[in-house]
Amino acid sequence: MRRSTRLLAVLIAAAVSLPSTAQAQSASSQAPPAPPARFVVVLDAAHGGSDPGARIGGLPEKTITLALSVRLRSLLSARGISVVTTRESDVTLSSERRAEIANHADAQACLSLHASMTGSGVHLFVSSLAPAQPVRFEPWNAAQAAWVLRSMALEGALNSALRHAGLTVTLGRTLLPIIDNISCPAVAVEVAPDDESGRASTQAAAASLDDPGYQARVAQALAAALVEWRSEGASQGEDIGADQP
Amino acid sequence: MIPRYQTVLFVILLVASVVMGAVLWQLRNRDRQRLLEVENSLPTQAPEAAPEQQATLYVANDADGSVAAEVFSLPLPQNPNERARAILGKLLDLYAAPGSTHPVPGGDASIAHVFLLPAADGNPAATPSGATPSTENRAPSGPELAVVDLTRSFAANHPSGLETETLTILSICATLHANLPRITQVRFLVDGQPCATLAGHADLTRTYLTGETASTAAADR
Ligand SMILES: [Zn+2]
Repeated sequence: MRRSTRLLAVLIAAAVSLPSTAQAQSASSQAPPAPPARFVVVLDAAHGGSDPGARIGGLPEKTITLALSVRLRSLLSARGISVVTTRESDVTLSSERRAEIANHADAQACLSLHASMTGSGVHLFVSSLAPAQPVRFEPWNAAQAAWVLRSMALEGALNSALRHAGLTVTLGRTLLPIIDNISCPAVAVEVAPDDESGRASTQAAAASLDDPGYQARVAQALAAALVEWRSEGASQGEDIGADQP
Repeated sequence: MIPRYQTVLFVILLVASVVMGAVLWQLRNRDRQRLLEVENSLPTQAPEAAPEQQATLYVANDADGSVAAEVFSLPLPQNPNERARAILGKLLDLYAAPGSTHPVPGGDASIAHVFLLPAADGNPAATPSGATPSTENRAPSGPELAVVDLTRSFAANHPSGLETETLTILSICATLHANLPRITQVRFLVDGQPCATLAGHADLTRTYLTGETASTAAADR
């Protein structure tokens, strides 16, 4: 049963990747200047439904990630960026389904949003799959391998915007099914308590994660980074979502 | 005057009780002898206390997302499985101690078993899950896969989060490789069963490459 879903998912992923490469080829064959590509960002509010995620004070992680996704979506929309979200309500979604939504969106960036009580500031994670050349039929659970370098560049943009906003940032690599299955630059963003409150007490840490002011600061920095990411792609005169460096 | 039949009865009873006493003495001696023989057949040596040796532990720190090497002295058994288990036990004891840089409850008791198996060739991601622990046909010097069997209560009480779960996995993999360099791959089980994630985030269905985990430690970046 599970195996057959995977197989189906591979076929869908292949079906999605074919039109995108065709589009890229036709774009590169046209005379410059290339028409500005549609800039799409996928926001994945992690967990949801029967998967509450971490316990943050009295709140489940799924509620905090959804609030952050909604906040970030309106900030991005206000800046003219198209946003595709994996969920808009408290529903259960498999990581395969989330990756499917992300891969269908043909996006230039995907952020998987998490929240955690451990550490402080914002933790950014890129897939620890070894970078690989893009192939026509990429293995479903290693699709991100072809995008790791672009994901690290996106992580760099997020890192500098968050630091600019005065937030502590920790960078890491991890194996996370949702990220590993995505064929576009993808970063997992884990929001931990504010630097000072995190060390004071558990209650203060939980309160800081639930604080709209802190959430707004993080969301604004992430939005600024994505605007920067869009202009970076435009200044390179290429569709950053479809091409590898 | 005591009647004659009473005298005869008294003598018979006296003789009977002396004989019974003798038989009981004999039986007691025989059982005691048998018990002593059993005791003698048991190994007389107490289990040897493993000698204290140095081990390099890769200790995680939640504050900066790093994994840093620290050297500790601890009793290390010769048997590689027991050795790996003892080293990981020490690592988890550090995490369970008050003031830990990466607080995770459970400690040494959280490692149910560690098995070392010959590492599968080719794509490690294709390694079937739930490899059966076996010490047979072990290549004496080839790369090894360590199967780390964690207890259910360790997974249940592990803090949930991308950073904290990733650091636990990274530090276990890096510590195993540092002390038993032949370990190139690590798989995780929970109560002997394959498990999707550690505490909702870190993927436990994969085979981790120890070389990869060393280079992906946040401290390196
Ligand atoms: Zn999460």
